[in-house]
Amino acid sequence: MAYREMSEEEIRTRVRALVEEAHPDRTDQFTFRGKQFDHGLAWVHFPEHLGGLGVSPKLQAVVADELRRHAKTLYDDMLINPIGIGMGAPTVLTHGTEWMKKNLLRRIFSGEDIWCQLFSEPGAGSDVAGLAMRAVRDGDSWVVNGQKVWTSLAHISKWGMLLARSNPDVPKHQGMSYFLLDMQSPGIEVRPLHQITGEAEFNEVFLADVRIPADRMIGAEGEGWKVAITTLMNERSAIGGGGVSRRGGGSMGILLDLWKARDPKRLSAEAETILRDRITRLWIDSELLRMTIQRARAAQKAGNPGPEGSVGKLALAELNKRIWECGMDVIGADALVYEAGYERRRPSGEGYGTKLSIAKYQFLRSRANSIEGGTSEVLRNILGERVLGLPGEPRADKDVPWRDVPRSS
Amino acid sequence: MDFAFTEEHEELRQAVRRFLEKESSESAMRAAMETERGFEARVWDRLASEMALPGLAIPERYGGAGLGPVELAIVMEEMGRVLFCGPYLSTAVLAVAVLTTIADDAAQAELLPEIAAGRAIVTVATTDDNGRSAPEFPPVRAVRDGTGWRLDGVANFVPDGHSADVILVAGRDDDGVGIFRVDGGAPRLDRRLLPTLDLTRKLARLVLSGTPATRISAGDATAGLERVLALAVMALAAEQTGGAQRCLEMATDYARTRLQFGRPIGSFQAIKHKCADMLVEIEFARSAVYYAAFRAADRDEELLVAAHMAKSYCSEAYFHAAAETIQIHGGMGFTWEHPAHLYFKRAKASAILLGDAVEQRRKLAARLGI
Repeated sequence: MAYREMSEEEIRTRVRALVEEAHPDRTDQFTFRGKQFDHGLAWVHFPEHLGGLGVSPKLQAVVADELRRHAKTLYDDMLINPIGIGMGAPTVLTHGTEWMKKNLLRRIFSGEDIWCQLFSEPGAGSDVAGLAMRAVRDGDSWVVNGQKVWTSLAHISKWGMLLARSNPDVPKHQGMSYFLLDMQSPGIEVRPLHQITGEAEFNEVFLADVRIPADRMIGAEGEGWKVAITTLMNERSAIGGGGVSRRGGGSMGILLDLWKARDPKRLSAEAETILRDRITRLWIDSELLRMTIQRARAAQKAGNPGPEGSVGKLALAELNKRIWECGMDVIGADALVYEAGYERRRPSGEGYGTKLSIAKYQFLRSRANSIEGGTSEVLRNILGERVLGLPGEPRADKDVPWRDVPRSS
Repeated sequence: MDFAFTEEHEELRQAVRRFLEKESSESAMRAAMETERGFEARVWDRLASEMALPGLAIPERYGGAGLGPVELAIVMEEMGRVLFCGPYLSTAVLAVAVLTTIADDAAQAELLPEIAAGRAIVTVATTDDNGRSAPEFPPVRAVRDGTGWRLDGVANFVPDGHSADVILVAGRDDDGVGIFRVDGGAPRLDRRLLPTLDLTRKLARLVLSGTPATRISAGDATAGLERVLALAVMALAAEQTGGAQRCLEMATDYARTRLQFGRPIGSFQAIKHKCADMLVEIEFARSAVYYAAFRAADRDEELLVAAHMAKSYCSEAYFHAAAETIQIHGGMGFTWEHPAHLYFKRAKASAILLGDAVEQRRKLAARLGI
């Protein structure tokens, strides 16, 4: 995809026009973000009339910068609609029908429609292409049965990106189709799934004879995997590409604050020296991750992220776990106490109180970093095979009809 | 944060790579490392006459190319790839940096054109007999002697110290830390080539017992020396990154073609994941080096932070890559015939030279207040 040229100043002028029409400090989120979309400033690399200007994605930073100059209210894509914005929009843009592009993208960006992703199943984790949810054609619609799991936001979503098996008699990658699922359809049951912290960020989603109109298919029948790849690569890049934008921010910033607030009576000089070296190493790794993501972003010429995006996701996950492990060691005996408790609930969304309790919470939560959105092991395979050109493993499921492949349920 | 290489940078990299592929092939490198001097004079001459590399960072008025730290990093990275044997670190990096940052005009005018022309090998001695290289603790003591100076002390682990035409020694006198010029053939200078772990870079121990010298810097040079060492550490980190990248290439090439149990060993995740981890670490190492190089070019205080960061990270990343390269090659990697051991030795030696990773982190923590 070739982007057209546009100067930074031109972008800034357009942002000022937007702010004049609807100021974020005086307009509600849906209205303001809707206007931002109409001005082509939602995702500048998208085509015109679809929330973009057809210019290089690097210019998105200029939009953010100019908005920051004019407004106190700043909307964070990751808080508003992380899955819709990070994965839904690029998937719809790349593979969706004209109807979908016209009717879905604006509401994704404004946050009016929350999106979720229905890929993982109890029997299909890293091997998501082995999934078992069945879709059977019946007249003008598809009838879908099965269970999904680890579905963030399913309980408040309008739309789901659903990957299901439309043909079990061909090898696994060839028998899937990708659907846009209205989450209010009859036959859908969403149950909270409680995790290591006691909270339920995620859900289990059960589908019993759910009917999906045939024109809600994204991509062609049997080509669901191709569409799913777009979604997954954007997921990895959304996670790995997030990172921290400034020195001393994010997880590392909290670890440094904990270190500075340490009780000098608790640590011997020797213990302090050992911990200091560990923290300095983590500081260096955090800085280099930030720069590496920035370099990867600058190198990414166009379109959807490639396998190099996996470097950021892998490194971020492993680093984050190490930072929070170190956090517990800095806290010491106080880490024996878990003030937040393990009450089974939805995450409050109101933060986690003090830095001490954030650190303890994150010590638990960060274990998911190297599992969700591609395990570190799968990412190493991707880097090994697709970046370094190493050969794949011999496979037991290749060229075999999906129904004949052994699997866990 | 700017990392943008220009087309000229890319052309420089390609030109250096082509030159080194010819002049520093594995057999040429092995032949050079077996010589006492540690390099072929013919190659150094061509490096100067055809490539203008010894004078890369020397101002044009002294016959140099007038380029800076970013270009130095590119050249060092390429030299690290092939374990180039030559006095580049000592002469083109350390000595040029000392001369252009700290030395007086007379010393610059005398030495820089000679270096640029490839006629003079000049090194810098900052490390004491305990291996400590700290600007505030120079290895020798200087006392005035008529119009000149006499130096006493031991400077150890001096790159190319056994053969350099001129040695720039950091020493302390009543004015603080100064840079003293000692000629290679000076009386009461005992220089011994060390039997080094890494055969591809020669190091020497220098004993100075009233050795005559000239002071070529005015006032206290502690701050200047700190910048020089930061720049040298950045250049070493670039060299390490190039070496690590070459290790990864050797390891993956081998893993693609070596068959065991009826399949390429690279298809086993045990091997594949080692390679992937090396790749991630090398990407980080590049970020560290390029960041430090661009900060050095900006003459930014941030260079001091960036250099500690780069040397700490790249030292460990290179060693890890070199160690894994031996492991992935199995028995073949343990032989003298295979070059893996040369990278392994260079990795450890360069990690220790001018301050190891732990020391870099200690200084960084102090600077950041961690």
